[in-house]
Amino acid sequence: MPLSLRTVDTIPEARAVLATGQARYLGGGTLAVRAANEGDLSFDTLVRVADPSLGTVNVTGGRARLGASVTMSAILRHPELGDIAPAARAIGGPAVRTVATVGGNLFAPTPYGDFVVALLALGAVVETDGGTMALDEFLLLRGRFDGIVAAVEFALPATGTFRFAKVSRVKPKGLSVLSIAAVIETDADGTVTAARIALGCMADRPVRAEKAEAALMGAKLTPDGVAAAVVAVSHGIRPATDPIASKWYRREVLPVHFRRLLLG
Amino acid sequence: MIRLAKDYFADQRDDDLKQLGQGLQRSDVPGHVAGTTTYFADRTFPRMLYLKMVRSPHHHARIRSIDTSEAERHPGVARVLTHRDIPHNVYTILILIQIGPEDEQVLAADKVRWKGEAVVAVLADSERAANEAAAKVKIDYEILPAVFDIDEALKEGATLVNEYHGNNYYTYDSGSHRKVRFGDVEKGFAESDHILEQTYWSSPIEHAPTETTGCVVVPEGNDRFTCYTNTQAMFFTLDNTSIILQMPGHKLHFVGGTVGGGFGGKVDVTVEPIAILASRLTGRPVSFIYSREEEMQISSPRAAEKIIIKDGITKDGRILARKVTGYTDAGAYSRHSPYGAQKGAAHYPGPYTVPNVWIDTYCVYTNRTPSSAMRGFGVTIADFALEVQMDKLARLIDMDPLEFRFINAYRDGDMKAHRQPTEGAALIECMQEASKTANWPVADRFMRMSSYKAEA
Amino acid sequence: MTKKVPIQITLNGEERAEFVDSGATLLRALRDKFGDTSPKGGCHQGTCGACSVMIDGELHLSCLTLAEVCEGRAIETTAGLAKDGVLHPLQQAFLEGFAAQCGFCTPGMIMAAKALLDHTPSPTRDEVVEALSGNICRCTGYEPVIKAVLSAARANSQKVA
Repeated sequence: MPLSLRTVDTIPEARAVLATGQARYLGGGTLAVRAANEGDLSFDTLVRVADPSLGTVNVTGGRARLGASVTMSAILRHPELGDIAPAARAIGGPAVRTVATVGGNLFAPTPYGDFVVALLALGAVVETDGGTMALDEFLLLRGRFDGIVAAVEFALPATGTFRFAKVSRVKPKGLSVLSIAAVIETDADGTVTAARIALGCMADRPVRAEKAEAALMGAKLTPDGVAAAVVAVSHGIRPATDPIASKWYRREVLPVHFRRLLLG
Repeated sequence: MIRLAKDYFADQRDDDLKQLGQGLQRSDVPGHVAGTTTYFADRTFPRMLYLKMVRSPHHHARIRSIDTSEAERHPGVARVLTHRDIPHNVYTILILIQIGPEDEQVLAADKVRWKGEAVVAVLADSERAANEAAAKVKIDYEILPAVFDIDEALKEGATLVNEYHGNNYYTYDSGSHRKVRFGDVEKGFAESDHILEQTYWSSPIEHAPTETTGCVVVPEGNDRFTCYTNTQAMFFTLDNTSIILQMPGHKLHFVGGTVGGGFGGKVDVTVEPIAILASRLTGRPVSFIYSREEEMQISSPRAAEKIIIKDGITKDGRILARKVTGYTDAGAYSRHSPYGAQKGAAHYPGPYTVPNVWIDTYCVYTNRTPSSAMRGFGVTIADFALEVQMDKLARLIDMDPLEFRFINAYRDGDMKAHRQPTEGAALIECMQEASKTANWPVADRFMRMSSYKAEA
Repeated sequence: MTKKVPIQITLNGEERAEFVDSGATLLRALRDKFGDTSPKGGCHQGTCGACSVMIDGELHLSCLTLAEVCEGRAIETTAGLAKDGVLHPLQQAFLEGFAAQCGFCTPGMIMAAKALLDHTPSPTRDEVVEALSGNICRCTGYEPVIKAVLSAARANSQKVA
């Protein structure tokens, strides 16, 4: 069957097209059009939703809501999203960022999806046409998810608490060897009071480093203070092997980069 | 920065070098920047067919059966080609210079010998239809054991990769390998103060040109065809196509032009014969362009190599004996590798004067992607190994690595291992200039040396 | 049968209309239907940048953009940059600076550079490197390209001054 494009006005209409089993949702095209170009025959229809509200950013009361069609460039341009800009800038080159969407990034397989690593550390929730769920939960069922994402929402991190690192072999743009995002809060004397840490390329999708989070609680961000967390960060990881890096290499360098992120 | 060091050999030429050192605009750059340079694929023709190749998913397998009936019935399909359609299916590109035997199939008939080998070509109105039909081709394989590296392939009783060769190595007129014999290496080793034997390995390297390999063929009537191609080897490709299709060359009009990156990766004859045949059998224009994945996985890479170098040196820095055994991993078929392995034999022992030399180089077959030409193939990896070895030897006797090279550099009049006297070497002078430019000083006596022995 | 869809675009300032296959990429439409072969197909994955074009003043990869989505929009390509036979300052700088060898990546490089200079007329070297980070060159190395973009930016600012 030849490939064709369907443009609909609303998410429920798109859901009906997807229900045929032969359609794929079109966001910015970096995943779906690429798949079609590479001869993926599992779909013959691309469906997109023309609703402009999917492309809006709302920042109110310390919370940000990014519509699923919001692009990485739009995030970079937004004056109130400066703290998370490094994660958006980590996606592709400029032309990819023009079209790559927040919604698409949620479905990007390892080694892609660095922005979602940031969202996971930020404790984002995912709004879908079937209800709202925590991003952690969404990622667990991602392969079986058959709804449509409308937006993601998260509390903006307090200034200076969000840390992000993407490690690649080609600078400034390259696929991830790994990425790490963390939101770390400290009290007046520098003791960690809250930590959420997310890792990219340490499984087939972004994962939390819960042991490292626990190890950081009550610690100071000093070489001795972070030592236990640096050991714990590798707990339970199942790194990917791909043309960018081997499982062995990713496992070896994760603690190095995590330590630098904490002490940097 | 280009700087001419004109004081070297100044007495041997007139100082009339007008072009050297001058920036000269490339003749094709105005078209490149304007976006008007024509590449082979910048052409479209009505009723064009798109060729999709069905490739082996196995490294080594016997083909029990090929069933194309369902693919042929798929909407939009114009023709499906198998080995039965190829006039002269078993070929080898170097046969043009009498380097046989023919050992490779245009489309696999009875066996596949590497993962990615072409088996069935599907032609359809659109790439999508060609892909869909290709998915309907049914090939029944009996998987065979495969060998993936040089050592494994040369073991006694190893699985035979390519029956046309009978052994897992190329048979030269000199036997299982190319040989260079000069002096007496064993005597040289016996007289040496130190002996160092090291093994060097390299992996295949893909050229990854931004423009993928391909061609567009248009039938011109009277059984003549125009083939727009990005081959780097125009007449070589034409002559091989003529053999494969059993068509006289005057029926084949090849149009080349600007190649979007080649680096030696576009000298194998892999797209033109099948695309011309498809055009001939359908009467329609045919486009066969590798996908990016095919370019990375299917096109020939630089060969993997294994190089063993054994050197004997004196404590004052003279190399007395050098023994080299080089292995080139050709993959499943010859392509340019018998020549690459031979180039290695011609290149060792490097630009050094060594009185006792023994060189063996082998072209080895494995069930890997056939390797072929890439920038200095047969020489580049050899130089890597040789120069790493030179550094290790210098360290062994606690000598400056550049001074160690001055001591052993070949100079005019020296007899090379291949029994060619050295002429116009200029290596001493290059190293003197490099020493100054890199601010890596060497002892005065080396700076006073010359490539001419008489002055040394 | 592949469904044909009429699309109308402004291509390098000119009103153009063609029928394209539904689901066809802008790259295929520009090259096969609109006759502009300056965008090149190097990977069809969004990785190499050879197909870069501007859509309504923003840098896009035409291999990942469906032609139908471009209905009514303004497309700029490298083929449209020269005016009355005079090269654009970027084209001139690439020409003079040996910033092209095989030339296949050049149209994409020039569009990526133009996208930068349109918004940032006097970029830093790092900004140039970032702007070209989605474009792969396999011949020259990137240094001459980076220098050409910086040189075009200087030529532009001198003209304005």
